Amino acid sequence: MSDVLLRGVGIAYESEVVVSGLDLTISSGEWLALIGPNGAGKTTILRAIARLVAHEGEISIGGEAIASLSGRELARRVAMVMQEPHMPQGMSVSQYVMLGRSPHLTYFGKEGRADQRVVAEILERLSLDRLAARPLDHLSGGERQRAAIARALAQQAPILLVDEPTSSLDVGHQQEVLELIDALRSEQGLTVIAAMHELTLAGQYADRVALLVGGKLVAIGAPSEVLTEPAIANHYHAHVQVLSLNGSGRAVVPVRSHPPPSASDSGEARP
Amino acid sequence: MLTLGRRLSRPLEAAPLLLGLPRLPWLWAGVGVVALLGAAVLGVLVGPVHIGIGVVIQTLLAPIPFVGGATSADPSQASILWSLRIPRVVLGAIVGGMLATAGAAYQGVFRNPLADPYLLGAAAGANLGATLAIAFAPGSSLIGVNIVPLAGFVGAGLAVAGAYTLGRTVTGLRNTTGLILSGVAIAAFFNAIQTYIQQAQTSNIRQVYSWILGRLVTAGWDGVLLVLPYVVFSVGVILLHRRLLDALSVGDEEVTSLGISARRVRLIVVVAATLGTAAVVAIAGTIAFVGIIIPHTIRLLVGRSYRVVVPLSVLFGAAFLVLADTAARTVAAPAELPIGVITAFIGAPFFIVVTRSTRAAAL
Repeated sequence: MSDVLLRGVGIAYESEVVVSGLDLTISSGEWLALIGPNGAGKTTILRAIARLVAHEGEISIGGEAIASLSGRELARRVAMVMQEPHMPQGMSVSQYVMLGRSPHLTYFGKEGRADQRVVAEILERLSLDRLAARPLDHLSGGERQRAAIARALAQQAPILLVDEPTSSLDVGHQQEVLELIDALRSEQGLTVIAAMHELTLAGQYADRVALLVGGKLVAIGAPSEVLTEPAIANHYHAHVQVLSLNGSGRAVVPVRSHPPPSASDSGEARP
Repeated sequence: MLTLGRRLSRPLEAAPLLLGLPRLPWLWAGVGVVALLGAAVLGVLVGPVHIGIGVVIQTLLAPIPFVGGATSADPSQASILWSLRIPRVVLGAIVGGMLATAGAAYQGVFRNPLADPYLLGAAAGANLGATLAIAFAPGSSLIGVNIVPLAGFVGAGLAVAGAYTLGRTVTGLRNTTGLILSGVAIAAFFNAIQTYIQQAQTSNIRQVYSWILGRLVTAGWDGVLLVLPYVVFSVGVILLHRRLLDALSVGDEEVTSLGISARRVRLIVVVAATLGTAAVVAIAGTIAFVGIIIPHTIRLLVGRSYRVVVPLSVLFGAAFLVLADTAARTVAAPAELPIGVITAFIGAPFFIVVTRSTRAAAL
């Protein structure tokens, strides 16, 4: 119904090709993690699906080419959480979340009771109701991330694009945010496409992982198929150990190539 | 689940909030109305011919049905009030309200606290137009309208249109920086031509200088009727964009992802604000500082949402300029000071006091 289809997609910034020949199909309700080294084009692909950057080829949602949709129609189908969302000084959390209702309003339209009800429910679902009146600049990192997700949810779009949802968060908040997105996905049947830096988290939360290198798709599949030691060594030029976790995916652990000589003196275990 | 209509806890900001939206604080709106009425009465009272406050209030109320009654003003007093002082106060209110509102609008669409209605060259264009008219066609008129304000209006419009076109070719309007830089370039270019003409035509230099500094000298209601349609249209369009101006504060990219075209909003608001600014500048000259000080004072004292800033800018901008004009008429009476001198002279220290006594970080 809201499958996302990319066929032969190419994206260039001022003649510099960032993504080329990309074919991807993301099924409704799926969580796809886009992974890859810096500059692989993960964020660019999300921006193209949200039509924030021009693309060649075809991107369609539920059978409709995004090029044929108006800005409002697209924003009712796709909501994006930016890596570093701009949080206007002095704006309250509830006003910020209410911005997510924009695609449902006409140009000069005003938010009505239905919009207020949607926002109130989302604030409560994301435990932001106590912070509703607080200015955004008084929030902690985790609260800001929740506010950004709340604004995206207020769009009531079936597809959620998330750019590096856990960067700049500590491990507790990383887990909290991803658990929240996962719970919302099953509650509301959302399709989640997330650019993810943390391979371990990608391996635990995503149904499928797409590995991009230099703007090309080099592997796609279940985390167990894609997150392998040779693949990561090859594409990230990193020494890692991939551990199978009990029933919850894979952990990718960086390993030092040359352990320091003092490691044995201090009694630390060698890898 | 939250029930409909439940009030959330009060925000830290002064603007009251009902389920998410800042609304116009009626207390501040009331203060604005009282300030405007007070300034208007003061402005009408002050003048070289003494007219008592009772007569002034009777005369002001006289046209209002059910409230007004007979007035004790003699014909010459009535003529001074209705043909000189009241139109001047009304014009001051219109000009002040317009400049403050246009300033707020420019700050919103450019997300730049230093933006003012002259950012894209409106003042430089108006000054050049007026200088050309004063230098080469003094005293002439076109379709019954004095050519100086007409040339000022056209000059302001051309400058902003030029800046917009230039900005589009430079950066394709992808960001506001290109547009602002185009405005700076156009303003510098127009200023250069204006200065050259002013220097070459020194016989008119005093008249040109007085025009540039701004003044509200008017005969009767002509000026008011000339600018009113533009100002009503401009302020109306900007008021309708309050929600979208707030939305723009998250930046072009994010607002686009919300289904709002930042370029379209910016174009419509800039056109509307420019039309109103060009009209008032054509009549009153390039009065400085109102477009910056009034919206910022409201942000510091009341709240940052454009749902609050825009309507209050209309009221407080109007009150401020009426007061400034009253001061301009009285400080060096019987001579008149240029109103731009007063707005900056009162405005700058007042603004510094407000900034220091509130959260400077809020800027």
